Amino acid sequence: MSDLETNAPEKIGRRKFLTASAATAAGAAIAPGVLLHTVAEAKPAGQAVSSKNRWGMLIDTNKCSKGCNACVSACNEENGLEKSDHPNSNEIDAQWIRKVELKDKSTGHSVSLPLMCQHCEHPPCVDVCPTGASMKREDGIVLVDKHICIGCRYCMMACPYKARSFVHEELFNQKDHAPRGKGTVESCTMCVHRVDEGESPACVEACNADGHKAMYFGDLKDENSEISQQLRKYPSTQIRADLGLNTGVRYRGI
Amino acid sequence: MGFYGLLAFLCAFILAGLGATYYMEHNGHWVTGMNNQIAWGMPHVFAVFLIVAASGALNVASIGTVFGKKMYQPLGRLSSLVALALLAGGLVVLLLDLGRPDRLIVAMTKYNFKSIFAWNIILYTGFFAITGIYIWMMMDRSMKKFYRPAGIAAFIWRLILTTGTGSIFGFLVARQGYDAAIMAPMFIIMSFSFGLAFFILVTMATYKWTDRPLGDAILYRLKNLLGVFVAAVMYFVLAYHLTNLYATEHHGVEAFILTGDSIHTKLFWIGQILLGGIAPLVILYSNLGKSRTWIAISSLLVIIGGMAQMYVIIIGGQAYPLQMFPGMEVVSSTFSDAAAYHAYTPSLPEILLGLGGVAITIFMIVFGCKVLNFLPASLADEAVDPHSAATDK
Amino acid sequence: MKRIETIKAVVLAMLLGFCSMAGSLASAEVPTPDIPKGEGEKCVEPTDIMRKNHMEYLLHQRDETMRKGIRTKTYSLKECVDCHTVKDENNIPVTYKDKRHFCNSCHEYASVQIDCFSCHSSTPEASHSGLTKRPAKFFNSTQNLNALNLKAENQHE
Repeated sequence: MSDLETNAPEKIGRRKFLTASAATAAGAAIAPGVLLHTVAEAKPAGQAVSSKNRWGMLIDTNKCSKGCNACVSACNEENGLEKSDHPNSNEIDAQWIRKVELKDKSTGHSVSLPLMCQHCEHPPCVDVCPTGASMKREDGIVLVDKHICIGCRYCMMACPYKARSFVHEELFNQKDHAPRGKGTVESCTMCVHRVDEGESPACVEACNADGHKAMYFGDLKDENSEISQQLRKYPSTQIRADLGLNTGVRYRGI
Repeated sequence: MGFYGLLAFLCAFILAGLGATYYMEHNGHWVTGMNNQIAWGMPHVFAVFLIVAASGALNVASIGTVFGKKMYQPLGRLSSLVALALLAGGLVVLLLDLGRPDRLIVAMTKYNFKSIFAWNIILYTGFFAITGIYIWMMMDRSMKKFYRPAGIAAFIWRLILTTGTGSIFGFLVARQGYDAAIMAPMFIIMSFSFGLAFFILVTMATYKWTDRPLGDAILYRLKNLLGVFVAAVMYFVLAYHLTNLYATEHHGVEAFILTGDSIHTKLFWIGQILLGGIAPLVILYSNLGKSRTWIAISSLLVIIGGMAQMYVIIIGGQAYPLQMFPGMEVVSSTFSDAAAYHAYTPSLPEILLGLGGVAITIFMIVFGCKVLNFLPASLADEAVDPHSAATDK
Repeated sequence: MKRIETIKAVVLAMLLGFCSMAGSLASAEVPTPDIPKGEGEKCVEPTDIMRKNHMEYLLHQRDETMRKGIRTKTYSLKECVDCHTVKDENNIPVTYKDKRHFCNSCHEYASVQIDCFSCHSSTPEASHSGLTKRPAKFFNSTQNLNALNLKAENQHE
């Protein structure tokens, strides 16, 4: 089947298709001025993701600016998350990434950090999901297969990071790359549609574009990747490391 | 007339529940009290209560069949019917509160066998099948030789079932209020208590309405048993909180439940402990326990206390914020991480849906008793056990 | 046994008769769906195969993309939507809720409900920018819709 699909484009005479693919190819090559942080070579579209990679993030809280919300806005923009006009919209709207400000109770030292799905190696949400809709890809990205999500919300009960949101109402004009719909649960996808094209997640790109460079994205299994080198060189922590989930998102400075 | 009047009354509640479901599913869950902090709300309180009580309603049948107590055997059929009806009512509520109830077929065909929820789907289905067969064995005299094996199977199955229900919470490592192995046995004891309380009420009501004799002997046995179960639940609650109170990391959640200023503290002390624990114990073991009215009141109190306990476990467990950063104070967050606790106000549709489930349960019992031979003609003392009738008073 | 055979034969004969009748009257009286043509020269598979198997292709692709990250375009729903766009009198692509929508034109005729467009967009993403910058949501009423969107929605009422 996959052979067939990889070869398929040749036999398509659709003008539409050719334009689309040409545009994609060009987009990657010619994007001057745009900070297109290409972390890895894009895999061929027909190739399945593999456990040879594990995508992860490192967040340097020392560089994360307190008032800055660039990563959150970028995420919302990228994935089409919109603020609703309910009075308690904070509790109802989907929040894939949020900014949290912390203060050490004894020392008063304060830090600011973005918090999202930690893309655990042993995700509790995947364990508890009755249908297998909560799933982890071979490359470590944790996703919700909304096609078979029944909206039981058990994953929301199980997630130690409160990273999951339930879609509380009908949505319209969703982004092509981020389908979302009423009655299902969703969370940060690590911008899987971008990662599959060899790009980094929107939040990381926005953080870099703003000049903070507090977020690193890359392959944790590639020793030479920037993120692996950073993690090797400097100490980092996992949130709720006590649970032994081996998170894909690591923090520095907390 | 009374029968059809009752059915019509129950149908009104069932329709209201279905209407509430349509309203919630059509608009989306924002019209309920639930949100992304409190993902499980009032319907879950009703549903889990009913499912837990279902397993306990089978007590009487099990005591008769498995432990060979002859006195309880005539009530075995009713006991099983009540169990099935409670489970059905609970499951309907659970199903209709899903984000996508239309995908029931997915839940039935796709299984993740590491999920306790998936186990529960199998356990519930199995409970229907086994209890159904058990009822058949009890009703069909030609199947007498399978009566005991079926009873034993149902007994074991319901213990596993409630272990599964308790583990839904017990296995949630992320939350301070859960993540405790004691949840499973505590849920089993809770099922004994809630289920028996409900069963006593059903028995008293059906016997009164059908003008059948119900003797003191069986009633006093049941109410004494209820007292034991109520005390046992309180013991487990004590053990659970003492364990938490010993560990410093759990002081926060304990303070929130036991001494906080939220509804959960009131529900815990007034609802669960006072009304659902101490009051029934005092009634059942004092002279008041000889009065039928007071036996009914104490059974009702056990149910009210049980609902309060479910509320505190399910909503309270979510209301206490996740502890992600030990030693740190959350100064600000757009997602209420800084809140002392998350508020939840049940909405009318959620309550109507829950009551709809209760109505389905009662409807099934009433209808079942009418069309099939679930009720023994007499539970008068002489009929139940000529020798022990006097001794229990 | 004999009787069952007879019944079968009669039913079959009736069915055949009905079908041939339906066939001969198709153009005249039996309404057929008016399926709009796609924008490209031809589809990824011959039309008769697509009619029969499009759901299989989509389902297969769905799981491949979702679970394995395979993003080939041949059987991608997005490509279907992009190519099979139907525009209304204002040149705005109609959504699945509109009877003229490519998928709806036949699915409503066949009375087959699909679940794709509660999550996926039923119009090309490029066309969204003309309506709202971000996805438009509406709650109690349509007052939150901007004018264009309102128009698009109303047309199928």
